[in-house]
Amino acid sequence: MMDKEQLYEMLKRTQEAKGYYFNKDGKKVLELLESLLINRERYGYMACPCRLASNDRERDRDIICPCIYREPDVAEFGSCYCNLYVSREWNEGKIPETYVPERRPVEKMLF
Amino acid sequence: MADCDVMLYALSTCIHCKNTKEYLDGCGVKYDCVEVDKLEGDERKNIIEEIKKVNPSCSFPTIIIGDKIIVGFRKEEIKEALNL
Repeated sequence: MMDKEQLYEMLKRTQEAKGYYFNKDGKKVLELLESLLINRERYGYMACPCRLASNDRERDRDIICPCIYREPDVAEFGSCYCNLYVSREWNEGKIPETYVPERRPVEKMLF
Repeated sequence: MADCDVMLYALSTCIHCKNTKEYLDGCGVKYDCVEVDKLEGDERKNIIEEIKKVNPSCSFPTIIIGDKIIVGFRKEEIKEALNL
């Protein structure tokens, strides 16, 4: 079973290659990775820790981390909804840290 | 400080919910907190319905301060609602 440090290393390598960086706040990042592992244990998939999962993989497909909203959120706000993945500019303080609003449509909220 | 009831609907895994709790704790505010992801069955369903009445997208944290509803860890709005 992968622990949070292993998950960190694996995701850092694969996601940075795509242009998505972990938040510079390492403590928060590890907390979020720990939450992802809790969700994997609970639901069998790494549902977004900041959203309520339905325990149905198909219904939650859009919020399995990295969620499908990461791309537009990082493009618009410099950060994903959870502040786990951010852009290089966000980490460098070139983009103000604003609260990223929920982009998931209400009709998807079927718990 | 506001002398009103404060209710926090949260997820135990959510970073914004954790930040909200830390902020409220730091302000010395007393509040009730429900961690929805830890609930099951009817209890979970009932709480979700309760949240949807004030926040149709049922996102977290949902904070009720007196008659004000705040969705997300929006520090300034929380501060204002608490009259801090």
